[in-house]
Amino acid sequence: MTDTVYLVVVITAAVLLGAAATLAVVRAERGPSMLDRTIALDVFTTTLVGAIALEAAFSRRTDTIPLLVVLSLVGFIGSVTIARFASVEPEGEGRIRTPEEVAREDAERRAAEEGERDAATDPDHHGTSADGEVR
Amino acid sequence: MDGAFWDGVADVVSAVLLLAGAFLAFAAGVGVVRFPDLLARMHAATKPQVLGLILVLLGLSLRLRSWGAVATLALVVIFQLLTSPVAAHMVGRAGYRTGKVQTAHLVVDELTRDQDAADLEIVGEHPGDEPGSSRDASTPSGDPSAPPR
Repeated sequence: MTDTVYLVVVITAAVLLGAAATLAVVRAERGPSMLDRTIALDVFTTTLVGAIALEAAFSRRTDTIPLLVVLSLVGFIGSVTIARFASVEPEGEGRIRTPEEVAREDAERRAAEEGERDAATDPDHHGTSADGEVR
Repeated sequence: MDGAFWDGVADVVSAVLLLAGAFLAFAAGVGVVRFPDLLARMHAATKPQVLGLILVLLGLSLRLRSWGAVATLALVVIFQLLTSPVAAHMVGRAGYRTGKVQTAHLVVDELTRDQDAADLEIVGEHPGDEPGSSRDASTPSGDPSAPPR
Protein backbone atom coordinates (compact mmCIF):
# COMPACT_ATOMS: atom_id res chain seq x y z
CA MET A 1 0.00 0.00 0.00
CA THR A 2 2.68 2.45 1.05
CA ASP A 3 4.67 1.65 -2.06
CA THR A 4 1.79 2.63 -4.34
CA VAL A 5 1.37 5.93 -2.51
CA TYR A 6 5.09 6.53 -2.77
CA LEU A 7 5.00 5.82 -6.50
CA VAL A 8 2.24 8.39 -6.97
CA VAL A 9 4.23 10.97 -5.00
CA VAL A 10 7.37 10.27 -7.03
CA ILE A 11 5.48 10.62 -10.31
CA THR A 12 3.98 13.93 -9.17
CA ALA A 13 7.37 15.25 -8.12
CA ALA A 14 8.88 14.06 -11.41
CA VAL A 15 6.22 15.95 -13.35
CA LEU A 16 6.97 19.10 -11.35
CA LEU A 17 10.71 18.71 -11.95
CA GLY A 18 10.15 18.08 -15.64
CA ALA A 19 8.09 21.24 -15.93
CA ALA A 20 10.79 23.18 -14.08
CA ALA A 21 13.49 21.87 -16.42
CA THR A 22 11.39 22.70 -19.48
CA LEU A 23 10.75 26.25 -18.26
CA ALA A 24 14.46 26.71 -17.51
CA VAL A 25 15.33 25.60 -21.03
CA VAL A 26 12.72 28.02 -22.40
CA ARG A 27 14.43 30.88 -20.56
CA ALA A 28 17.85 29.70 -21.74
CA GLU A 29 16.59 29.83 -25.32
CA ARG A 30 14.95 33.25 -25.00
CA GLY A 31 17.87 34.94 -23.28
CA PRO A 32 17.98 37.85 -23.82
CA SER A 33 21.42 38.13 -22.22
CA MET A 34 24.18 35.66 -21.41
CA LEU A 35 23.54 36.05 -17.68
CA ASP A 36 19.88 35.13 -18.03
CA ARG A 37 20.97 31.96 -19.77
CA THR A 38 23.42 31.27 -16.96
CA ILE A 39 20.69 31.56 -14.38
CA ALA A 40 18.40 29.34 -16.42
CA LEU A 41 21.13 26.69 -16.67
CA ASP A 42 21.67 26.96 -12.90
CA VAL A 43 18.01 26.19 -12.39
CA PHE A 44 18.35 23.31 -14.84
CA THR A 45 21.31 21.88 -12.89
CA THR A 46 19.43 22.16 -9.63
CA THR A 47 16.46 20.41 -11.19
CA LEU A 48 18.76 17.67 -12.39
CA VAL A 49 20.09 17.22 -8.85
CA GLY A 50 16.51 17.00 -7.64
CA ALA A 51 15.64 14.42 -10.30
CA ILE A 52 18.62 12.22 -9.46
CA ALA A 53 17.80 12.43 -5.76
CA LEU A 54 14.17 11.57 -6.53
CA GLU A 55 15.18 8.49 -8.50
CA ALA A 56 17.56 7.42 -5.74
CA ALA A 57 14.77 7.82 -3.21
CA PHE A 58 12.38 5.80 -5.31
CA SER A 59 14.66 2.80 -5.83
CA ARG A 60 16.59 3.18 -2.53
CA ARG A 61 19.97 3.24 -4.23
CA THR A 62 23.07 5.01 -2.95
CA ASP A 63 25.40 4.67 -5.93
CA THR A 64 24.15 7.80 -7.69
CA ILE A 65 24.85 10.07 -4.71
CA PRO A 66 28.38 11.04 -5.89
CA LEU A 67 26.69 12.46 -9.00
CA LEU A 68 24.96 14.98 -6.74
CA VAL A 69 28.29 16.17 -5.34
CA VAL A 70 29.76 16.54 -8.81
CA LEU A 71 26.72 18.36 -10.21
CA SER A 72 26.57 20.85 -7.35
CA LEU A 73 30.21 21.78 -7.97
CA VAL A 74 30.10 21.84 -11.77
CA GLY A 75 27.09 24.17 -11.84
CA PHE A 76 28.98 26.64 -9.68
CA ILE A 77 32.09 26.61 -11.85
CA GLY A 78 30.02 27.11 -14.99
CA SER A 79 28.09 30.12 -13.77
CA VAL A 80 31.12 31.81 -12.20
CA THR A 81 33.15 31.40 -15.39
CA ILE A 82 30.41 32.83 -17.58
CA ALA A 83 29.81 35.72 -15.18
CA ARG A 84 33.51 36.50 -15.09
CA PHE A 85 33.69 36.90 -18.86
CA ALA A 86 30.34 38.62 -19.33
CA SER A 87 30.67 41.62 -21.57
CA VAL A 88 28.42 44.32 -22.93
CA GLU A 89 26.42 42.83 -25.73
CA PRO A 90 24.97 45.01 -28.47
CA GLU A 91 21.21 45.35 -28.41
CA GLY A 92 19.47 42.42 -30.06
CA GLU A 93 22.71 40.48 -30.31
CA GLY A 94 21.88 37.99 -27.59
CA ARG A 95 19.14 36.01 -29.26
CA ILE A 96 19.00 33.12 -31.66
CA ARG A 97 18.29 34.25 -35.22
CA THR A 98 15.66 32.79 -37.46
CA PRO A 99 16.86 30.97 -40.61
CA GLU A 100 15.60 33.84 -42.83
CA GLU A 101 17.67 36.38 -40.90
CA VAL A 102 20.73 34.17 -41.11
CA ALA A 103 20.26 33.80 -44.87
CA ARG A 104 19.82 37.55 -45.31
CA GLU A 105 22.94 38.32 -43.26
CA ASP A 106 24.93 35.76 -45.21
CA ALA A 107 23.81 37.27 -48.51
CA GLU A 108 24.76 40.77 -47.31
CA ARG A 109 28.17 39.63 -46.18
CA ARG A 110 28.81 37.78 -49.42
CA ALA A 111 27.81 40.84 -51.46
CA ALA A 112 30.16 42.99 -49.38
CA GLU A 113 33.01 40.54 -49.94
CA GLU A 114 32.36 40.48 -53.69
CA GLY A 115 32.41 44.24 -53.81
CA GLU A 116 35.67 44.31 -51.90
CA ARG A 117 37.29 41.82 -54.23
CA ASP A 118 36.14 43.77 -57.31
CA ALA A 119 37.56 46.96 -55.84
CA ALA A 120 40.88 45.29 -55.04
CA THR A 121 41.60 44.11 -58.60
CA ASP A 122 43.24 46.73 -60.77
CA PRO A 123 41.38 47.03 -64.11
CA ASP A 124 44.65 47.87 -65.97
CA HIS A 125 46.44 44.75 -64.91
CA HIS A 126 43.87 42.09 -65.42
CA GLY A 127 44.59 39.42 -67.92
CA THR A 128 44.83 35.75 -68.33
CA SER A 129 47.59 33.57 -67.04
CA ALA A 130 50.74 33.06 -69.06
CA ASP A 131 49.41 29.79 -70.26
CA GLY A 132 50.25 29.24 -73.97
CA GLU A 133 52.71 32.09 -74.43
CA VAL A 134 55.47 31.31 -72.02
CA ARG A 135 55.94 27.66 -71.61
CA MET B 1 5.60 -3.99 14.30
CA ASP B 2 7.11 -0.92 15.88
CA GLY B 3 10.00 -0.79 13.40
CA ALA B 4 7.64 -1.16 10.47
CA PHE B 5 5.54 1.69 11.81
CA TRP B 6 8.49 4.06 12.04
CA ASP B 7 9.64 3.01 8.58
CA GLY B 8 6.24 3.97 7.27
CA VAL B 9 6.41 7.33 9.03
CA ALA B 10 9.86 8.02 7.57
CA ASP B 11 8.60 7.13 4.09
CA VAL B 12 5.63 9.46 4.38
CA VAL B 13 7.74 12.34 5.68
CA SER B 14 10.30 11.76 2.91
CA ALA B 15 7.51 11.78 0.30
CA VAL B 16 6.23 15.11 1.64
CA LEU B 17 9.74 16.61 1.63
CA LEU B 18 10.43 15.41 -1.92
CA LEU B 19 7.16 16.92 -3.10
CA ALA B 20 7.95 20.23 -1.42
CA GLY B 21 11.42 20.33 -2.99
CA ALA B 22 10.04 19.52 -6.43
CA PHE B 23 7.43 22.23 -6.01
CA LEU B 24 10.14 24.77 -5.19
CA ALA B 25 12.02 23.76 -8.34
CA PHE B 26 8.82 24.20 -10.33
CA ALA B 27 8.27 27.63 -8.79
CA ALA B 28 11.80 28.58 -9.80
CA GLY B 29 11.10 27.48 -13.37
CA VAL B 30 7.95 29.60 -13.53
CA GLY B 31 9.73 32.56 -11.98
CA VAL B 32 12.69 32.32 -14.31
CA VAL B 33 10.40 32.39 -17.32
CA ARG B 34 7.91 35.01 -16.16
CA PHE B 35 9.96 37.56 -14.18
CA PRO B 36 10.92 40.67 -16.10
CA ASP B 37 14.61 41.33 -15.41
CA LEU B 38 17.86 39.75 -14.33
CA LEU B 39 17.70 40.37 -10.59
CA ALA B 40 14.12 39.14 -10.32
CA ARG B 41 15.07 35.96 -12.19
CA MET B 42 18.04 35.46 -9.88
CA HIS B 43 15.70 35.82 -6.93
CA ALA B 44 13.45 33.08 -8.30
CA ALA B 45 16.36 30.85 -9.23
CA THR B 46 17.81 30.74 -5.72
CA LYS B 47 14.73 29.11 -4.16
CA PRO B 48 15.47 25.51 -5.18
CA GLN B 49 19.21 26.05 -4.95
CA VAL B 50 19.21 26.12 -1.15
CA LEU B 51 15.83 25.35 0.43
CA GLY B 52 14.64 23.05 -2.32
CA LEU B 53 17.90 21.14 -2.32
CA ILE B 54 17.82 20.76 1.47
CA LEU B 55 14.23 19.50 1.35
CA VAL B 56 14.91 16.99 -1.43
CA LEU B 57 18.07 15.67 0.18
CA LEU B 58 16.36 15.41 3.60
CA GLY B 59 13.65 13.40 1.91
CA LEU B 60 16.23 11.20 0.24
CA SER B 61 18.13 10.56 3.48
CA LEU B 62 14.91 9.72 5.32
CA ARG B 63 14.21 7.17 2.62
CA LEU B 64 17.73 5.69 2.50
CA ARG B 65 18.23 5.68 6.31
CA SER B 66 21.97 5.01 6.17
CA TRP B 67 24.54 7.25 7.80
CA GLY B 68 27.03 7.03 4.94
CA ALA B 69 24.51 8.41 2.48
CA VAL B 70 23.48 11.11 4.95
CA ALA B 71 27.11 12.25 5.31
CA THR B 72 27.53 12.59 1.53
CA LEU B 73 24.24 14.42 1.19
CA ALA B 74 25.26 16.82 3.96
CA LEU B 75 28.43 17.42 1.96
CA VAL B 76 26.31 18.33 -1.08
CA VAL B 77 24.30 20.80 1.00
CA ILE B 78 27.48 22.36 2.42
CA PHE B 79 28.98 22.76 -1.06
CA GLN B 80 25.79 24.34 -2.31
CA LEU B 81 25.60 26.72 0.65
CA LEU B 82 29.20 27.77 0.02
CA THR B 83 29.02 28.12 -3.74
CA SER B 84 25.59 29.49 -4.60
CA PRO B 85 26.13 32.89 -2.86
CA VAL B 86 29.43 33.25 -4.71
CA ALA B 87 27.85 32.43 -8.04
CA ALA B 88 24.92 34.78 -7.37
CA HIS B 89 27.32 37.54 -6.38
CA MET B 90 29.34 37.08 -9.56
CA VAL B 91 26.26 37.04 -11.77
CA GLY B 92 24.76 40.09 -10.07
CA ARG B 93 28.02 42.00 -10.30
CA ALA B 94 28.44 41.13 -13.98
CA GLY B 95 24.84 42.15 -14.59
CA TYR B 96 25.42 45.50 -12.92
CA ARG B 97 28.63 46.12 -14.83
CA THR B 98 27.09 45.27 -18.17
CA GLY B 99 24.10 47.51 -17.59
CA LYS B 100 21.46 44.82 -17.06
CA VAL B 101 20.39 46.29 -13.72
CA GLN B 102 18.08 49.27 -13.87
CA THR B 103 19.27 51.30 -10.91
CA ALA B 104 16.08 53.37 -10.89
CA HIS B 105 14.13 50.33 -9.68
CA LEU B 106 16.42 49.60 -6.76
CA VAL B 107 15.40 50.49 -3.23
CA VAL B 108 18.95 50.42 -1.88
CA ASP B 109 21.79 51.01 -4.33
CA GLU B 110 25.04 50.97 -2.42
CA LEU B 111 27.22 50.04 -5.38
CA THR B 112 26.33 53.12 -7.42
CA ARG B 113 26.87 55.32 -4.36
CA ASP B 114 30.25 53.77 -3.62
CA GLN B 115 31.33 53.99 -7.25
CA ASP B 116 30.37 57.64 -7.33
CA ALA B 117 32.41 58.24 -4.19
CA ALA B 118 35.38 56.42 -5.74
CA ASP B 119 35.04 58.45 -8.96
CA LEU B 120 35.07 61.65 -6.96
CA GLU B 121 38.23 60.59 -5.14
CA ILE B 122 40.02 59.72 -8.36
CA VAL B 123 39.01 62.96 -10.02
CA GLY B 124 40.24 64.78 -6.93
CA GLU B 125 37.15 66.64 -5.94
CA HIS B 126 35.94 66.79 -2.38
CA PRO B 127 33.95 63.69 -1.55
CA GLY B 128 30.42 64.59 -0.57
CA ASP B 129 30.57 67.84 -2.46
CA GLU B 130 27.79 67.00 -4.90
CA PRO B 131 27.18 63.30 -4.49
CA GLY B 132 24.68 62.94 -7.32
CA SER B 133 26.44 64.98 -9.97
CA SER B 134 29.20 62.61 -10.95
CA ARG B 135 26.78 60.20 -12.57
CA ASP B 136 27.06 62.06 -15.85
CA ALA B 137 30.82 62.45 -15.72
CA SER B 138 32.74 60.04 -17.85
CA THR B 139 34.61 57.32 -16.08
CA PRO B 140 38.01 58.73 -15.20
CA SER B 141 39.98 55.68 -16.22
CA GLY B 142 38.53 55.74 -19.73
CA ASP B 143 38.33 51.98 -19.69
CA PRO B 144 36.72 50.96 -23.01
CA SER B 145 35.24 47.86 -21.48
CA ALA B 146 33.44 49.86 -18.82
CA PRO B 147 29.78 49.99 -19.78
CA PRO B 148 27.63 53.09 -19.52
CA ARG B 149 26.15 53.19 -16.10
